[in-house]
Amino acid sequence: MSHSTVPRSRAEADETGKTPVTLGGAGGPQGKRSSGKLGLRVRLRRDRVLLLMTLPAIVLILLFNYVPILGNVVAFQDYDPYISDNGIVAIFHSPWVGLENFQRLFEDSAFWEAVRNTLVLFFLQLVLYFPIPIMLALLINSVVRPRIRAVSQAILYLPHFFSWVLVIAVFQQLFGGAGILSQLLRQHGYDGIDIMTDPETFKFLITAQSVWKDAGWGIIVFLAALASVNPDLYEAAAMDGANRWRRMWHVTLPALRPVIALLLVLRVGDALTVGFEQILLQRDAVGPGASEVLDTFVWWNGVRNQDFGYAAAAGLIKGVISLGLVLVANKVAHLMGEQGVYQK
Amino acid sequence: MTAVIDKPVRTPGRWASPPRPVWEEEPTSAGLAGKGIALSFACLAILFPLWIVLVTSLSSRKTIDEAGGLVMVPKGITFIAYRELLSGGQVTRAAVISVLITLVGTLFSMGVSVLCAYGLSRSGSVGHRWILMVLLATMFFSAGLIPTYLLVQSLGLMDSYLALILPSAISVFNILVLRGFFMGISQELVDSARIDGAGDFRILWQIVMPLSRAVLAVITLFYAVGYWSAWFNASLYLNDQDMMPLQNVMIQLVQKQEAPVGLGQAIKTGQLSGLAVQMAVMVMALLPVAVLSPFVQKHFKKGMLTGAVKG
Repeated sequence: MSHSTVPRSRAEADETGKTPVTLGGAGGPQGKRSSGKLGLRVRLRRDRVLLLMTLPAIVLILLFNYVPILGNVVAFQDYDPYISDNGIVAIFHSPWVGLENFQRLFEDSAFWEAVRNTLVLFFLQLVLYFPIPIMLALLINSVVRPRIRAVSQAILYLPHFFSWVLVIAVFQQLFGGAGILSQLLRQHGYDGIDIMTDPETFKFLITAQSVWKDAGWGIIVFLAALASVNPDLYEAAAMDGANRWRRMWHVTLPALRPVIALLLVLRVGDALTVGFEQILLQRDAVGPGASEVLDTFVWWNGVRNQDFGYAAAAGLIKGVISLGLVLVANKVAHLMGEQGVYQK
Repeated sequence: MTAVIDKPVRTPGRWASPPRPVWEEEPTSAGLAGKGIALSFACLAILFPLWIVLVTSLSSRKTIDEAGGLVMVPKGITFIAYRELLSGGQVTRAAVISVLITLVGTLFSMGVSVLCAYGLSRSGSVGHRWILMVLLATMFFSAGLIPTYLLVQSLGLMDSYLALILPSAISVFNILVLRGFFMGISQELVDSARIDGAGDFRILWQIVMPLSRAVLAVITLFYAVGYWSAWFNASLYLNDQDMMPLQNVMIQLVQKQEAPVGLGQAIKTGQLSGLAVQMAVMVMALLPVAVLSPFVQKHFKKGMLTGAVKG
């Protein structure tokens, strides 16, 4: 395990008191005693262990995140997986059909229904889900006893770590045809109800499940924002005669505003992704008419019906629009002076 | 629920509130009650269903029949459902498979992520900006389900447990969190180790990692929960029913109301309720998570916020 004694930056050089060595590699002007001007070959040699460390992750990312992008060409093919026993080799033997798959999509009412369901679910989640973590965070933040805080936080975080299979199973036991709610209704002489299979209320069911699972987890970021508020502000406000509601309005909420705005923007950027696993698990129970979203549409047509080119076309449309939305959302976040997902 | 303000409490109990600043008003009892009710409601909404699942799984067939289905009040606790499930057969095998996938997968994910995060954490190292860009870009797009499926199939990973680990082995978000933490470790410490002759692997193992226990615990939990909860990749890439992990078996049991293979006899003889079996499988699925996450809880905030926004 060899290591280098060449400092990686001027700061490092200053701190260690080492003299940056300039070996005059490619691009490194002689005599300049700044490690930033070290030749590439020298720097590669110096950092080779660090580069080696990142290698496994890079290989995985390239293989499973970048290579499949090329596979999207099947969207422009009449892809036949049975031409070869290898999916990639089959791509080279499948006939090109241009935009035929996309044309079929635009004429397919099931596709437009999936688009509509996706957007409706997104707006429902935005309106019914988004405010809940904020309110919970304000509530938790107003609790001063440390023990109550810790215990309730532990409970609220818990469902985030459950699988969707488990969450849906729990809902099934509460609201399904044989669940507690139906049981109680029958005991009191009413008809049992089965919320889990009702297409009318499906979108609300999905939203309720998301709230149950993740609203508690969502408070973390708001709690952090609240914890960073300077307590002097509260004291000053109190001195000026603000009661607790005025203090919440004029100190607490303004402190949350940047976080709320940022999360809202990022959520909008992610609008076309609405609970794939969660919906897929319940697709059979309520039928595709009410439950099909873009992700499940791709799954159904591709994996189930083996219509790979068609499904890939739908996936590609979703991917491209999503990428655009995320980029716009980040741009907006930057314009608001926030960091977004990446820094400028 | 009255807080003493003027006279300091001599020995504040563990449930006592910290001293209130003088400018702050006494809480009104209506406010306290409102808060208590709201908070209790939120916590009960989470705990009540879990309680029902737990109690029903521990109930005998007689108790369940008397309750007309799910049990709310425990009566005559019995572990028969668990004994049956864990005495070999489908669920036992699925649980073992899930545990093994979680262990191997988490170890692999952590290894790759920690190495990568450290490799990117030394500022000024060659190429780290480029590598970071390559990683970050994946947060903006996904290649799509179909091409990924075709790739996994072409790599010959179908019906192999590698298909459950490799494609989703690392999360860029987790790497960024780790990197943010590693960057916060004092440069002097790292430099002095380097002067003493330690290489990068040694610095990572003996200095950086011991100082990052909290964030390592959080990220390990994230990865472990990911593997433990995963079902979709198994449904996509595995055809053999005997290879299915616990979550997939649970889907079949709970959604299709089936009895696990090998348990039909015990249910037919009337000792065991099929419902108790379903609930017991659910408890088995949630138990590891429910037991582990509170221990890591106090580090969540730090883990979620360091590095995550630093890019």
